[in-house]
Amino acid sequence: MNKPLPNSMRQGPDARGRFGPFGGRFVAETLMPLILEVEKAYEEAKNDAAFMAEWRRLLTHYVGRPSPLWYAGRMTDHLRAAAGAGQGAKVYFKREELNHTGAHKINAVLGQILLAKKMGKTRVIAETGAGQHGVATATACALFDLPCTVFMGATDVARQQPNVFRMKLLGAEVHPVTSGAATLKDAMNEALRHWVANVEDTYYCIGTVAGPHPYPQMVRDFQCVIGDETKQQMLATEGRLPDALVCAVGGGSSAMGLFHPFLDDEGVAMYGVEAAGRGVDTEEHAASITRGRPGVLHGNRTYLLQDDHGQILEAHSISAGLDYPGIGPEHSWLHETGRVNYVTATDDEALEAFQLCSRLEGIIPALESAHGLAYVMKLAPTMKQDDIVVLNLSGRGDKDIFTVAHHLGVKL
Amino acid sequence: MSRIAARFAALKAEGRGALIPFLEAYDPDPATSMAILRGFPRAGADLIEIGVPFTDPMADGPTIQRAGQRGLKAGATLSATLAMVRDFRREDDATPVILMGYFNPILSYGVERFCTDAAASGVDGLIVVDVPPEEADEIEPHARANGLDLIRLVAPTTDEARLPRVLAATSGFVYYVAITGITGTRSATSEALAAAIPRIRRHTDLPIAIGFGVRSPEQAAEAARIADGAVVASALIDTLAENLDAQGRAKPDAVRKVLDQVRALAEAIRATPKAA
Repeated sequence: MNKPLPNSMRQGPDARGRFGPFGGRFVAETLMPLILEVEKAYEEAKNDAAFMAEWRRLLTHYVGRPSPLWYAGRMTDHLRAAAGAGQGAKVYFKREELNHTGAHKINAVLGQILLAKKMGKTRVIAETGAGQHGVATATACALFDLPCTVFMGATDVARQQPNVFRMKLLGAEVHPVTSGAATLKDAMNEALRHWVANVEDTYYCIGTVAGPHPYPQMVRDFQCVIGDETKQQMLATEGRLPDALVCAVGGGSSAMGLFHPFLDDEGVAMYGVEAAGRGVDTEEHAASITRGRPGVLHGNRTYLLQDDHGQILEAHSISAGLDYPGIGPEHSWLHETGRVNYVTATDDEALEAFQLCSRLEGIIPALESAHGLAYVMKLAPTMKQDDIVVLNLSGRGDKDIFTVAHHLGVKL
Repeated sequence: MSRIAARFAALKAEGRGALIPFLEAYDPDPATSMAILRGFPRAGADLIEIGVPFTDPMADGPTIQRAGQRGLKAGATLSATLAMVRDFRREDDATPVILMGYFNPILSYGVERFCTDAAASGVDGLIVVDVPPEEADEIEPHARANGLDLIRLVAPTTDEARLPRVLAATSGFVYYVAITGITGTRSATSEALAAAIPRIRRHTDLPIAIGFGVRSPEQAAEAARIADGAVVASALIDTLAENLDAQGRAKPDAVRKVLDQVRALAEAIRATPKAA
């Protein structure tokens, strides 16, 4: 076994699935044996060379990895134009939106579906917010000939119609969830309930770095391909590491995938961008770290939006993928240790970034990624011209054009 | 001896199992749920389970989800639930009361303060659905220090290797979840229960109650005969929900109908002596 690095921030979680005080396995007894089975199977799989080689093969030939690291020259110039003399960092995009299915989600889905196969599970369920994880899961299930049921809040079904249709084309059953605000949180509740009732044959493919241990670790490990590639590509292109990394955070899988490989690189600053909705001082936002406090939901202890009595609050964001009142437990720990800075971007700021990116770079970003870009637009002008900032462009915005048109008052 | 131990000992001497009806705090309003709680013992409840409403009840089916939403809308909180138990205790010092709920409201209240206040209010035991034995140290020391039993769920999925560990972390009684599923959905067969209960008995001397899918007097009698008690929840809440008006207010005879149902369950259990 490798000796742990002294002072490394990459050692978590511990045997109980904790990152500091966060994480854990807060699930009903009916699920507990299955959670332990997933953990055991994953521990075996990640040390199984054939398993990992098959995952890598899929990433290369099916997903199209490595995804490019793109120097966003026009965006850089645009931000420099309004910056002070000598200011305005070089902006790079890690182009996860070019992956098959249009987002980073497929990286961890393929790993998990291979695991489900290995465990002998014969059907797969998933929750989805924006529909990206649902589409990725439906895609992998089509490829591996597994029946797939995707739980999706009825509100999200309405605002993400293109992805709903995609999932159906791929042969998945989309199950609209009407409880609560009918968004991602409720979809996850319903997926967990369904899993409890179908433990024998069903694998639950969680889309983010949340849920009970081992999910936060497992999804992170698979998503680390983003940060690992970024590191290599940056060294090849610029001969050095970037000065800052920026990524939107809902549950936080794309951010964790980008950040984790850099956690021990002291010179690299990191910014997780939470959705501020209509503003963090209103009641309509999804900024769990900025405005929440620690609690337990969906199997783990983490920062949550909750009232004074520990009841979970409904989140709000223009982006369905960020519309979640919690965040992955490792993010909570990275926040409390101060390693990652958690900041916010509003619906309006994301809409502006969405349009600017489309016009300047010819890339229509997902509304999730547009939150990250909105923060880059604030951060880059405060950095020097020879500084480098990398944005995780985690998904493409095709799915969002109807939402954006609606907000801009355009009839399609 | 705790109220829970005393009650199960008395029932054992009587040669029958326990009826454990459930109500959700503040469903659909404080007065109605208090009236149901007060009426439970005379209708034949041997122990009482009170659900503490939570926005995201992971193990509950639609019936209890909706009951929780009605309770929350009516202003239910953890402290309001404790106040109900205090009121109840003014006239009943013998019937054990168990709170069932999820961890976050307890965390938010403060685990230590909650255990102190719950014991002082007359609560006897806790079922915290989303705190498995692996996370027990979150709550166990404070529960124990205050004499609160931590009643654990054992599920059909709890295997032989795991069973001793779950039972070691249990006090008061064992709650056997009869089905792999959520509350108020399907029911286990007598054969499945007859196989499951002896499996647990081999590892524990604690009384065992069966819940999830126990709806009719016949099912309750069967569960209480095979194990030591039957928890009936969704079937009672369904009755309450059927007796709400269009605005969600309890109709005049809603409480009576729920208590009549408890009476029918109790009669069936009392007419069924336990297998020796």
